[in-house]
Amino acid sequence: MLLEIRDLSRSFGGYQAVSAVSTSVQQGSIHAIIGPNGAGKTTLFNVVSGVLPPTSGSVWLDGEKLTGLRPDRIARMGLVRTFQGVRLFGAMTVLENVQTGRHIRTSSDLAAMFLRPPGRESKQEAAIRERAMALLDMVGLARQRAVLASELALADQRRLEIARALATEPRLLLLDEPVAGMNPVEVNEAAQLIRRIRDSGITVLLTEHHMSLVMKISDQITVLNYGRKIAEGTARQVREDPLVLEAYLGADEAEAH
Amino acid sequence: MLEQQLLNGVMLGSTYALIAIGYTLIFGVLHLVHLAHGEVFMVGAFAGLAAVKFTGGDIFTALVVGTAASALVGALVELLAIRPIRRRKGHMLAPMISTIGVGIVLQEVVARTFGAEQVGFPHRMEPVSWHVGSVTVTSLQLLILGVSIVLMVALHLFVTRTKLGMAMRATAEDAGIAHTLGIRSERIVLLTFVIASGLGGAAGVLVGLAFNAISPFMGIDMGIKGLVAMLLGGLGNIYGAMAGGLIIGLAEVLSVAYLASSYRDAFAFVIMIAVLLLRPRGIFGSTHYVEA
Amino acid sequence: MLDQYTQSVLIFMGINVILALSLYLPISAGLLSLGQGGFMSIGAYTSAYLTLNLAWPFALALAAGSLAAGIVGLLVGFPALRIKGVYLIILTMGFGEIVRVFFLNFEPTGAASGLGGIPGHTTLPLLSVIAVAVLTDFWQLRRSRIGRAIAAVREDELAAEITGISLTRVKVTVFAIGGALAGLGGGLYAHYASFIDPAQFGFQRSAEIFVMVLLGGMGNFFGATLGAFTVTLLPELLRFLQDWRMTFFGTLLVVMMIVRPWGIVGARR
Repeated sequence: MLLEIRDLSRSFGGYQAVSAVSTSVQQGSIHAIIGPNGAGKTTLFNVVSGVLPPTSGSVWLDGEKLTGLRPDRIARMGLVRTFQGVRLFGAMTVLENVQTGRHIRTSSDLAAMFLRPPGRESKQEAAIRERAMALLDMVGLARQRAVLASELALADQRRLEIARALATEPRLLLLDEPVAGMNPVEVNEAAQLIRRIRDSGITVLLTEHHMSLVMKISDQITVLNYGRKIAEGTARQVREDPLVLEAYLGADEAEAH
Repeated sequence: MLEQQLLNGVMLGSTYALIAIGYTLIFGVLHLVHLAHGEVFMVGAFAGLAAVKFTGGDIFTALVVGTAASALVGALVELLAIRPIRRRKGHMLAPMISTIGVGIVLQEVVARTFGAEQVGFPHRMEPVSWHVGSVTVTSLQLLILGVSIVLMVALHLFVTRTKLGMAMRATAEDAGIAHTLGIRSERIVLLTFVIASGLGGAAGVLVGLAFNAISPFMGIDMGIKGLVAMLLGGLGNIYGAMAGGLIIGLAEVLSVAYLASSYRDAFAFVIMIAVLLLRPRGIFGSTHYVEA
Repeated sequence: MLDQYTQSVLIFMGINVILALSLYLPISAGLLSLGQGGFMSIGAYTSAYLTLNLAWPFALALAAGSLAAGIVGLLVGFPALRIKGVYLIILTMGFGEIVRVFFLNFEPTGAASGLGGIPGHTTLPLLSVIAVAVLTDFWQLRRSRIGRAIAAVREDELAAEITGISLTRVKVTVFAIGGALAGLGGGLYAHYASFIDPAQFGFQRSAEIFVMVLLGGMGNFFGATLGAFTVTLLPELLRFLQDWRMTFFGTLLVVMMIVRPWGIVGARR
């Protein structure tokens, strides 16, 4: 068990967004969190990644408590996320975005910067560049390395965000609606990429509305509705769960595949 | 002794309040911190002085002319230095930076025109003092207090009872909705600037009379104190600004009386730092603008 | 050998470059500071006091002044963590005023009368070396880990944090180094102008430094350097501006905000 979410709750004023949710994510798996709009998926993600504090409950990464820590500390511990509305460093190039991802796995060059003669790249910089290029290759963005992040197409932006996250050498990667707004070809490519990430040893926790993707690649699925967990299991188990069908009845996703 | 200090503090505080109200009114409609407001206050003082010198008039002449002059300057600032920027919809801090420029220009122009030294109102305008128990009151203090109170009450009535005043409040709440209700926010914004600046000008004349020291650089000091008063009371809250002004005025007077006079100016800064660090939204403000 | 006048202009240009870069650093992290005048005065007074009264060698005094300003920058950086935008501007303006009022009352450095007779250690060759070194550092910054971290914080603080960058470290660092640089500029200034008083480092100074960075477009350090050149040279080239220097800069601020809020060199990069 890599990630453990214990009795997590989060309310905003009187509104209970997440209600006593408990689940665990197994190492080396692809785990999906699904649910109709407003089910609390994004809030759950925000709490797990340290963007929001919980109202009660806790989150544990490999036995270490995450809740209450700032996002950068959590990243250092090995949990990194992407955002539904892609958050890149727009005015920096594709390569620079990924290089920034190497921040926590490299050491400060503040002092060295003052002492190094200009024009020569330090060993660390060279290593960072090499690593970043390898990641860009992996996600298929190598040719666009000098393009400004803000100028990429959406699907490419999502891949860049993933590459940047991978640069931090995470143990657990949180993907927030990774294929929203993508066409079927792009969704398929994304599915392959996510599988490759899992195969490289990184655990993936994602939230999505795209049912066929979720059913196809997930090892384990947790279903939320109105902030509570209503079902959990493999794709087949969840697909046939009457509670799940009921929750989705009326929503577009009810035409579950 | 204490009563005297309290009276002095209230008097001083009410002038700070007038300035703070000006800041608050403008922040309310535009979410803009008008960093040239202190200079507008200073212009009012000089205008009042000039009026008295040229016409041989009395305090009320000074007040009227000072208020009018500042109101006019305020209108010009809005039309020339704020409106064109807001039209462009650039960076949200652009209008504020523009007001920094305006303040510098106003200060320099006045310094070149009137000279950089301190000047004062003519001697014939010296006040009469009365002694009530252990307290000494001058006619000037009564005037300042009186004018301040009248202005604040008038403002209160204006924003709560008149159509125009309520339109101002509506625009401050939500310019978009106000627009759909038929309120022309451009006119309201201009009106707000005029009123805020006029109040600042009145305060300028009053302060000039009270301390008999008018200089092109008086706007910096008072400007900061008014700003801190607004911060203390909560951005955008008129009554908060009044309270903030009074608090700072009292704090200053009491600190001079019971601590050392060199700490006087420091007080406003201490309060500012405390507010910014401990409770940026001020006493009555909302967290809406703080977003830290 | 250059004549006295040209030397003077070049020296001010060099000092202004350092000052502009000192403000550019926090701005490049998204932190707008209008209090560089305060840091400058700390550096000026500290180094001048040390050379005048304790006969410290110039280099050491300069370093001490810079360090003092840097430490204060560190202290200012922490409160700056929790506030943004308008509030930060007001905080830094307040800081500048506090420093000014402090020195106005501080007897050991002359209070309102200022400090005079400061030895003229700042020479063009020395200043050139220092300026080039600083410029080189900023050049290095562009392709460095810390440079990327700063840019990331400016671009998107949340994304930066999620990627593991400590906002606290970055923001406090830029304030500290920015302060130290302004202190360095102050020390160099003091040992050229030979007389300093609190009025020289007030809000007008901070505003002038801001105009330099603004003029150059806040996107890269070339711009800030260019802005510094422009602000130094313009009053020299346009003689009638001499007397109306501040009025000109004030008007320039307004006009720039109307016409091109982010400067003449243009947006990022």
